[in-house]
Amino acid sequence: MATQHSRSAARIMMAPAVILLLGWMLIPLTMTLVFSFKRYLPLRGGDLGWIGFDNYVRFVSSSAFWPSVQTTLIIVGGVLVITIVFGILLSILLDQPMWGQGVVRILVIAPFFVMPTVSALVWKNMFMDPVNGLFAHLWKAFGAQPIEWLSDASLFSIILIVSWQWLPFATLILLTAIQSLDSEQLEAAEMDGAPPLSRFAYITLPHLSRAITIVLLIQTIFLLAIFAEIFVTTSGAFGTRTLTYLIYQRVLESQNVGLGSAGGVYAIILANIVAIFLMRIVGKNLDT
Amino acid sequence: MARAVTTRRKTINTVAAWAIGLLIFFPILWTILTSFKTEAQAINDPPLFLFFDWTLENYAVVQERSDYMRFLWNSVIIAGGSTILGLIIAVPAAWSMAFVPSKRTKDILMWMLSTKMLPAVGVLYPIYLLFIELGLLDTRIGLTIVLMLINLPIIVWMLYTYFKEIPGEILEAARMDGATLKEEILYILTPMAIPGIASTLLLNVILAWNEAFWTLNLTAAKAAPLTAFIASYSSPEGLFYAKLSAASTMAIAPILILGWFSQKQLVRGLTFGAVK
Amino acid sequence: MGQITLNQITKSFGDVQVIPPLDLRIDDGEFVVFVGPSGCGKSTLLRLIAGLEDITSGVIDIDGKDATEVPPAKRGLAMVFQSYALYPHMSVRKNIAFPLRMAGLDKAEQDKKVNAAAKVLNLTDYLERRPGQLSGGQRQRVAIGRAIVREPSAFLFDEPLSNLDAALRVNMRLEISELHQTLKTTMIYVTHDQVEAMTMADKIVVLQAGVIEQVGSPLELYHTPRNRFVAGFIGSPKMNFMMGAFSAEYDAATIGIRPEHISVSHTEGKWSGKVGVSEHLGSDTFLYVDVDGLDDPVTVRSTGEVAFRHGDTVHLTPDADKIHRFDNQGLRIA
Repeated sequence: MATQHSRSAARIMMAPAVILLLGWMLIPLTMTLVFSFKRYLPLRGGDLGWIGFDNYVRFVSSSAFWPSVQTTLIIVGGVLVITIVFGILLSILLDQPMWGQGVVRILVIAPFFVMPTVSALVWKNMFMDPVNGLFAHLWKAFGAQPIEWLSDASLFSIILIVSWQWLPFATLILLTAIQSLDSEQLEAAEMDGAPPLSRFAYITLPHLSRAITIVLLIQTIFLLAIFAEIFVTTSGAFGTRTLTYLIYQRVLESQNVGLGSAGGVYAIILANIVAIFLMRIVGKNLDT
Repeated sequence: MARAVTTRRKTINTVAAWAIGLLIFFPILWTILTSFKTEAQAINDPPLFLFFDWTLENYAVVQERSDYMRFLWNSVIIAGGSTILGLIIAVPAAWSMAFVPSKRTKDILMWMLSTKMLPAVGVLYPIYLLFIELGLLDTRIGLTIVLMLINLPIIVWMLYTYFKEIPGEILEAARMDGATLKEEILYILTPMAIPGIASTLLLNVILAWNEAFWTLNLTAAKAAPLTAFIASYSSPEGLFYAKLSAASTMAIAPILILGWFSQKQLVRGLTFGAVK
Repeated sequence: MGQITLNQITKSFGDVQVIPPLDLRIDDGEFVVFVGPSGCGKSTLLRLIAGLEDITSGVIDIDGKDATEVPPAKRGLAMVFQSYALYPHMSVRKNIAFPLRMAGLDKAEQDKKVNAAAKVLNLTDYLERRPGQLSGGQRQRVAIGRAIVREPSAFLFDEPLSNLDAALRVNMRLEISELHQTLKTTMIYVTHDQVEAMTMADKIVVLQAGVIEQVGSPLELYHTPRNRFVAGFIGSPKMNFMMGAFSAEYDAATIGIRPEHISVSHTEGKWSGKVGVSEHLGSDTFLYVDVDGLDDPVTVRSTGEVAFRHGDTVHLTPDADKIHRFDNQGLRIA
């Protein structure tokens, strides 16, 4: 269908998007790379020259680095486990025949549309506040001592908030995948004598495996970058400083751009490792 | 074929699903309820659910004290502007990739996707610096451009998957029927693509509206949208639950409504067409 | 008018030549069927005529004028697509009227022609519906309607019946044939189904790998296939082929004999074998006989009444006049 003429027209139509994204990617990336090899303190002398890999070494050997990696892993891992396990259960439940399915779906999806600053603040103040929060009331009602959620159980609290935001995403995608399962497959398995649990394990779960992988990868990329939730709740205190937040502090709070940029390069490498797996799956899908 | 289910089974499903649905929705419901309370009622012990003196006072106070409308307007401009700008750039690109594919089309799509995966914090300072140099810091136009760029890959991808679903034979039929390229785009392609473009627009407005890394870091006072406005409540003075709730309700209400309309397209948009 | 001549046309996709130099002449008013196995280039050939693909070299003449560089819409041809390609956002009326609207006809004229076409195709009651609300056969008729309102000099059909179920396919086949009788316009029809080709065509073009194997009337192809490929492709059930001692007797590398040209007997005949499967269709019975000395079973058509059972020993005798002889290149020996 394509003629020579339409091909060159197509190239021109594609150019703006490609050029813009190329600039958006290359310019800042190059700058970050350049800064990462420099001693660069904008408020204390500015550009103080090349220092090789010093920033990379210093970033990794600082006392804050390994705890931040650990925090990142705990938050990302915790949220992934919670959202995927509950997402599967919830999507199976929502797939069952019931009254008012549409409304329930809407209720479940709603948290995804709440802006991160709002959800963090609402949870922080109205639920997790040790004096006036709903949890405090609940604990007191049972005669227990209210918990100082964001300082004593800070990681758990952040995981709870972020999971609440991302559970709808996992549920929605898994529900879509479940609904594409041919019910005849399940009926065939039933005729073959498979009880419900085996049907789930041998038919439903394998059918969902691709969707689960996609949820896993996409969430990982977004979760590695969570910022607002920490910014408005603990500001990185009480052991909630993730890698992203640590880099943010180095760059904008302590204005050590060289060091922060080296951290940024680490973050980019980390994200790329995850991205490669995601792109493989998406790319395969493109061929069909 | 769906099988008939006993009423008992259906009742159990219904009760369980509604219970969990309400539990998940509860924080939003509680925020909305609290926004209609007085500050004293908002922290009443035990908590008040429905039986309190409903008031609209908080909404008035929030607008008066913090000029809510300005933040709202910034959000509208930035989210709407970045989306429209993105569509203008993405529609021709997606069109040519879907209908005049070349050997490199797939690579270009994958590369676009990869730019979306760059962690923002990795390029925070360069962007910050460029914004200062170009005088874009704390301007709506600057933020509009950044949000357009970070969502451009998603827009291109969504449109591409929608365009791909328009059968090539239909366009050929139009050509056989004597339609020129212009007429083909005007009478056939556009009407068929409008649902796809509309849901792309909707999802992108939602994503841009809720974006909270660049909006927090690249604005101060002038161009701050609602995300930044709400963040300013993180250091409270005195009684503020009801006002926080009113501000939050206003910030999320428009997008909650849009989101409910676009829930079906959401999956496609967020998984780059990998789950349909 | 609707006379189309292809002169030494070729088509390549990249380095792959899918149509080697090809000549073909289609006369005004003819019903021509392109038939061949999938991937033989028949659809590509149709799209070259339509102008939807650029030809790599050669010349296409339509009604005596060089149409090689003429865009699809200006060639005066109408096409019915395999997927029907109806515009989903338009009503049936608007779908059928679309080519007229593109041609700039006024509203009254459009309505007149649409109504006339709808009447011919039994679509009058459905004019305000959308394609999504129609059955497969109705959609097919809308696609045909969109083609006939243009009063083209030739119709192009790209496997138009392949998405319909068997019963409907027979109906539509008849309707298209009737349409041809009424309009007397040139029709070019692509199919992989040799039954459609045999029943509808004035002229069949058998294609394989982009090459025309034979052109001729259905009966010509049936009686005097030019080579083994055409012999095997035309006719149902397929022609039986025999080699070795069986063909040596007739001075040929291969001989072919159609199932309907073999008589079968319990007692005596030229070849003997055992009955494998027998299919009773009521009017006919098809026997699949394992003949001693042959790898493939021989298909035999017999009357509906005969009673042969699995395992019976039978004797077969070919009708000597109806044996087709082929040389070692697969070409017919006259």
